[in-house]
Amino acid sequence: MEEDAGGKVKKFLYINRKAPYGTIYALESLEVVLISAAFDQDVSLAFLDDGVYQIVKGQHTKPIDVKNFSPTYRALEGYDIEKLYVEKESMEARGLKEEDFIVPVKVIDTADMAELMESQDVIMSF
Amino acid sequence: MMKLGILINEGPYTHQASDTAYLFTKAAIEKGHKIHRVFFYNDGVYNASRLTEPPQDDRHIVNRWQKLAKDHHIDLVVCVAAALRRGIKDENLQEGFRISGLGQLVETGIQSDRLVTFGD
Repeated sequence: MEEDAGGKVKKFLYINRKAPYGTIYALESLEVVLISAAFDQDVSLAFLDDGVYQIVKGQHTKPIDVKNFSPTYRALEGYDIEKLYVEKESMEARGLKEEDFIVPVKVIDTADMAELMESQDVIMSF
Repeated sequence: MMKLGILINEGPYTHQASDTAYLFTKAAIEKGHKIHRVFFYNDGVYNASRLTEPPQDDRHIVNRWQKLAKDHHIDLVVCVAAALRRGIKDENLQEGFRISGLGQLVETGIQSDRLVTFGD
């Protein structure tokens, strides 16, 4: 599916700050990310605060009767969305390591995260 | 003059997001800026419910958007996926709003000089 963006390519950054379950923000953020793939834009994702839990391995949601949508993050590569960033401070504060994530990510500190945000055209925060 | 896109991610009354977005949008128009689109996502889709009936002495958030859109020809778009899972459909959609896909949000990001998000 290709959408007409009038030839414009912008840098889109999706910031994910909330835990994957408990609220719908993570899932609905991912839905926007998937749609933006059809517009041929330069897309990046950032995971901060409890948002780092969205891509943690071994999510088991059956007891809360909610769909485990974490495998979808692995499908992003197929849509040419490969720039995934995790804020180091958020990750470490939660006792997580890079190998705990289901997708390859780039771990960057708060200062670099600020720089990344600064370099973007469109930021959506969920 | 700037072309602005507005994204609203919270419903009316519980959160201030929609109020702030409205006041911001109104002020931007008064300053001569152009509003490319207002997009309602997450619980923001409830801002479009025709069934909304606040007490008489309170602001009517839904009708306020409707009037602003009518007076200034603003495109008010409600995300179809978010709306359907919350029971917002054409049959209870306030006049002046339209239901469409998430592509309209991405397109707003592409076409606007700034996309301004109002959420929790």
